[in-house]
Amino acid sequence: MDSSTAADLRDTRKISPTASMSFLVRFFEWFGDLGFFCFQLVRAIFLPPYEAREFAHQLDELGSKSLPLVALAGAATGVVLSLETRDSLVSFGAKSLLPALLVVSIIKESGPIITGLIVSGRVAAGIGAELSAMKVTEQIDAMEASAVDPYKYLAATRIMSCLLMLPLLTLAADFCGIFFGWVTNTLTEPISLQLFIENGFRHVTFNDFLPPTFKTAVFGLIIGVVSCFQGMRARGGTEGVERAATSSVVLSSLFIILADVLLVRLIQVFFP
Amino acid sequence: MMATKETEKTAPPIQVKTLRKSFGKQKVLNGIDLEVAHGETLSVLGRSGTGKSVLLKLIIGLQRPDSGSVRVHGQEISGLARPQLNEIRKKIGFLFQNSALYDSLTVEQNVAFPLERHGDLSDAKRKKRVRELLSTVGMEKDSDKLPSQISGGMQKRVGLARALALSPDILLFDEPTAGLDPITASEIDTLILKMQKEGNLTSIVVTHDLPSARTISDRLALMRDGQIVIEGTFKDLQASKDEFVVQFLNRSS
Repeated sequence: MDSSTAADLRDTRKISPTASMSFLVRFFEWFGDLGFFCFQLVRAIFLPPYEAREFAHQLDELGSKSLPLVALAGAATGVVLSLETRDSLVSFGAKSLLPALLVVSIIKESGPIITGLIVSGRVAAGIGAELSAMKVTEQIDAMEASAVDPYKYLAATRIMSCLLMLPLLTLAADFCGIFFGWVTNTLTEPISLQLFIENGFRHVTFNDFLPPTFKTAVFGLIIGVVSCFQGMRARGGTEGVERAATSSVVLSSLFIILADVLLVRLIQVFFP
Repeated sequence: MMATKETEKTAPPIQVKTLRKSFGKQKVLNGIDLEVAHGETLSVLGRSGTGKSVLLKLIIGLQRPDSGSVRVHGQEISGLARPQLNEIRKKIGFLFQNSALYDSLTVEQNVAFPLERHGDLSDAKRKKRVRELLSTVGMEKDSDKLPSQISGGMQKRVGLARALALSPDILLFDEPTAGLDPITASEIDTLILKMQKEGNLTSIVVTHDLPSARTISDRLALMRDGQIVIEGTFKDLQASKDEFVVQFLNRSS
């Protein structure tokens, strides 16, 4: 390699002021676009007419069809928690605490976060890919040209469905986690389901159960907003669709984890 | 500024004045002036990337101009809020280049889509209207199919039926014959002519297809570098000595 080529290579590794400016511009542009999107969305959600039929369709598409996946993930979490904690508790002579530990860890954290991440993977990718494909094939333009508001028909229906369905799916994940936790436990050391539930929920209050379940509505909001936003601003052909689908999953998962940190702290403060 | 009822009746359906639009540093439209009279069809021709499709999107308000004016029935559309803009859009039918049918909906649902959201037709009347529209474009037998199950030419027909659903008085066509074989393209031309005669519609057709433009248009406008080079009947274009016009006509004919 001659010296001039090596120097060229070194130069390209440096981040030029123009490149960093361009990144900053794109960064702030993204937030500006997101602000505009949210404004249009709020208007679309609250002002009539309402797309009731499409909303019902999305409740089924995004909610009901996610149920098997969420239930399976919840069950797996219950089994793993039961297997992992049992040995530790036995070594401390505290195996009677297993039901309580399992129930509390599932309803307070594992159930909500697993549901959020699983739905983020399935739904965010689906919405991101569908809306971006509609964008690049001018279907969203066609909708606007027909005097139909795509924020109302496409975004509001999907986001509201995510927001409503996440707490319900979390309940399903919690139920499956606790039930399969009991199944795993009873295979090693038989215990009746009634006794397991009684022991598990003995010290659980509504403050342990309701706020963590309802915090998943925020996860639903994040999944819906991020994936609809990324989908509706897609550009280019198949590459744009791929970018929108990937970024919908990555960003919504990331924001869910970050939001969880904040929400857990807020729940501790407001629901001690 | 809102147009009065009187202005709406007397003004040409489409007026475009010194329209400019850029994307980044690229100037796509650089001072376009156009006027289309009631019941007239204007074809806009030009090389790829000269901003013909952008012009249509500016007319229907899908994009906003950098400067200049677009008036539909005398009403300035740039700067209108969505509800007012939607009222104007209901009077305009738009046939997209790739038809842009909603791929999760059947042919029938695609045509019914605007009707379900506008107007107050009962279910029975709406279904009847959809059947009429599909019959007009010869697609009544395929009403249960998805867009992916029909050919490009059939998709154009369904796109045309959807564009006509709200009984518009203006039609905008973006490359209506692009990607079609000559026979299907000719069928689409015949269908467009039939629609125009029956509905006394004002149309703008963006196309590369000179034979098609000659068949369906009253006037033609040729664009280059974001500007209109020449505007007139086909004979006017043929009489032009401009090198670009001559080259375009020779290559296209």
